Amino acid sequence: MDLVKIQKQDFSVTEEIEQVKALSKNIGGVVVFLGTARAISKGEEIVSLNFEHYPGMAEKKLKEIRDTALKNFNIIEMGIVHRIGTISIGENIVLIVAAAQHRNDAFMACEWAITELKRIAPIWKRETTKKGEVWVEEHP
Amino acid sequence: MVIKIRFFAMLKGKIGREEVNLTVPANISLDKLKDILKNEFPAIAEFIDRRNIMISVNQEFADKNIIIKDGDEVALLPPFSGG
Repeated sequence: MDLVKIQKQDFSVTEEIEQVKALSKNIGGVVVFLGTARAISKGEEIVSLNFEHYPGMAEKKLKEIRDTALKNFNIIEMGIVHRIGTISIGENIVLIVAAAQHRNDAFMACEWAITELKRIAPIWKRETTKKGEVWVEEHP
Repeated sequence: MVIKIRFFAMLKGKIGREEVNLTVPANISLDKLKDILKNEFPAIAEFIDRRNIMISVNQEFADKNIIIKDGDEVALLPPFSGG
C-alpha cells in the first residue's frame, strides 16, 4: 500500500479515501481535494492535457509534503496521487486526502498540501488547444 | 569530470534532448556551471538566468554556491504546473 503515488492510470476517489480511512479508527473527518481537467484555459478551448514529471524527484517531493503535513498539522493520515501522461477533459489529475480527528485540521492540511505541491513538485502541464501545444508556466 | 544535465518540459523542447553528458572543470560552483551551460546551449541561454527556472543537483533544489561534483545530475526545471 502506497500513500504517495505518481501514475499514468486513473484512480478511484472512493478507493483512495477508503484506503486512508482504514488506517485509523480515530479518523473523524476527511477532506479531499480533487483536481480535474477543465475544458477552458485563458479563454482557449483545451483539447487535452499532458503531464510530465521528473521521475524520482517528483515522488520524493510528494513524500516530503506528506511527511511535513503529518508533522505540522494535527492530522492522522494523508494520501497524495498525481497522474502523468495524457489526460482528457473531465478526467482526474490530482487527489489529496487529509484525515484527522476533527475537520478543521483536515481542511488546513489539505489546502496547504495542494498549494505546496504546486510550488515544489517538479511536474509540468502541457495544454493542447486547437492552435497547438503550450507548456503552462504558472500555478494559480 | 563528467556530469549529467537533464532538461524538462519547455526546455527539453528547445534543446530537443532529455539529457546530455557534459565534461566540465572539477568541483565548480553551480554559478560557474550556469555560465558554461549558457555557452553550451545557446537555445536556452536566455532562460538559465531567469529567477523562475530552478536548478536541482542530484534531485534536490540547489543554490548558486553549491559545488558540483563528478557524476552529479544537474536538472534545469522550468516553472512547475502540476496539480
